[in-house]
Amino acid sequence: MAKIVKLISKNFGNITPGSVEDYVKAGGYAGLRKAMQMDPQKIIEEVKKSNLMGRGGAGYPTGVKWEQAYANPNKPEYVVCNGDEGEPGTYKDRFILSKDPLRLIEGMTIAAYVFKIKEGYIYVRGEYLGLQDIINGAIKNAEKANYLGDNILGSDFSFHIQVVWGAGAYVCGENTALLESIEGKSGRPRKKPPYLTHVGLHQAPTLLQNVETYSNISYIVEHGGEEYASYGTKYSGGTKLVCLSGNVVNRGVYEIPFGTPIREILYEIGGGIPNGRKLKFVQLGGSSGACFKDDKLDTPMCYKALRDNRLKLGSGALLVVDDSNCVIDFLKCITEFFIHESCGKCTPCREGNTRIYETIDKFSKGEAKLEDLSTLSRLSEVMKNASFCGLGQAATTALTDCMKYMKDEFLEHIDGHCRAGVCSMFSEEE
Amino acid sequence: MNETPLLSQVDSIIEKYDGSKERLIQMLLDLQKASGQNHIPGDCIIKLSDKLNMPASAVFEVATFYSMFNMEPKGKYIIEVCKSAPCHVSGSKNVSEMFEDALKIKMGETTPDNLFTLQYSSCFGGCDVSPAVKIDDTVYGNLTMEKINEIIDMYRRK
Repeated sequence: MAKIVKLISKNFGNITPGSVEDYVKAGGYAGLRKAMQMDPQKIIEEVKKSNLMGRGGAGYPTGVKWEQAYANPNKPEYVVCNGDEGEPGTYKDRFILSKDPLRLIEGMTIAAYVFKIKEGYIYVRGEYLGLQDIINGAIKNAEKANYLGDNILGSDFSFHIQVVWGAGAYVCGENTALLESIEGKSGRPRKKPPYLTHVGLHQAPTLLQNVETYSNISYIVEHGGEEYASYGTKYSGGTKLVCLSGNVVNRGVYEIPFGTPIREILYEIGGGIPNGRKLKFVQLGGSSGACFKDDKLDTPMCYKALRDNRLKLGSGALLVVDDSNCVIDFLKCITEFFIHESCGKCTPCREGNTRIYETIDKFSKGEAKLEDLSTLSRLSEVMKNASFCGLGQAATTALTDCMKYMKDEFLEHIDGHCRAGVCSMFSEEE
Repeated sequence: MNETPLLSQVDSIIEKYDGSKERLIQMLLDLQKASGQNHIPGDCIIKLSDKLNMPASAVFEVATFYSMFNMEPKGKYIIEVCKSAPCHVSGSKNVSEMFEDALKIKMGETTPDNLFTLQYSSCFGGCDVSPAVKIDDTVYGNLTMEKINEIIDMYRRK
């Protein structure tokens, strides 16, 4: 039986968001208090033991990142939080920011304490400007209660957080593009290496993590890395916020222990597919994520098990698509998104997405020929290998998977037939 | 060209952010909000670039990079219908059609009274209530024709 756990989501809906009084009453800031009595290296050790992986999508081990940053003679000068979740179907960071922002702030403060950092930034996507009062209020309240600002809890440790708003650009979720945006510029990705722990914001070493990653830190420090890790699997410590969307009964954000099979999330937590429809496929990790059919549903949510099945957890978005949808129409929608969000810096991504759209459009009109399938494969191969950043490299993940697992539908469209009756040629033919 | 009334607010907005070039995006957000027509007039961009000692092209570059900034006037309220995959599979097409019917305009257009602009948007994280729309900073979901008419009436009375 699938279970929902509440390590980082326990305050959701139970406290006034951003109220220090409520947060502390619910056990908040115990992590920071404990951390400030600890040796920074011991904190890093606990984070390593926790098996916490970066929750933004890349899944890099947080403890290792911290260890590397600590070993660098030029220690990080900034703590930056990536709150630009733009991956369609992902809204877990919105839940944290709107329901328990102090958990994020506490996590960032612990990180700042480890590296003796004075300045932090929370970059939030402009689409979430409605949360401005909650986030600013939380920071103000934390400062007033001396959990943030000058001489935190009477010590000589000072740390300030500034909120920076994006203005609508999916590419800013890419860490280097995000820093460009904090610096007031267009969000175009930088060349890597150098990595951010060496050259980041204002050319200084920078520690950058996702909202959810920071939000796990206080629990890990308070309860120990081992306890946190024990919730998950050998390879993936702790819990993950998953976002259920699309054709599923219980859409929402749920905290699940790693190791939970996708099937249980979809049918037990999610309540299955509504309206008596059947599952067509699932897309995991947002629009840049993999698509798969029923046969992979027993894969447990775990970085390694997913990787063994050629899947990636990504942001933790689970989009459920039922059989009333057409795969060609779905891919058109995905490709339109990437055309809109491509920053235009590199040619494979800027041109590739447009060419792919044109080709898929031919399928939806019944005008495609067999060789268009190889055109699509070639285009996505070039984009995967030659794009400058992750956006272009991953833009055709869904296309590649759908061509592999649902090739029959592509062929049907060549013959002028759309089994879901979505593509317009169907009605013209009738 | 006539001066836009917004021009007089440029100084105070720059001051709010200590004249820091780094806060350009935040200044543009404030300017657009203050415009009442959800856009940033060209003369404000030029004044901003003068005051910040930046080439006007650099400010235009940033202003046109981000999708939330508009160079042309829009309605007082922008109704954004999400067309990303989660809303798409949940029937966002019906929602845009319902808004088109209710406002008697097409997607991308503004009502003659300049109150509403109807347009598409990428995912804004309203997937738990998809198909979702965003008006200003507020997200509305699980929409029916009746609910859409109520929402539009509410904004008309505002």
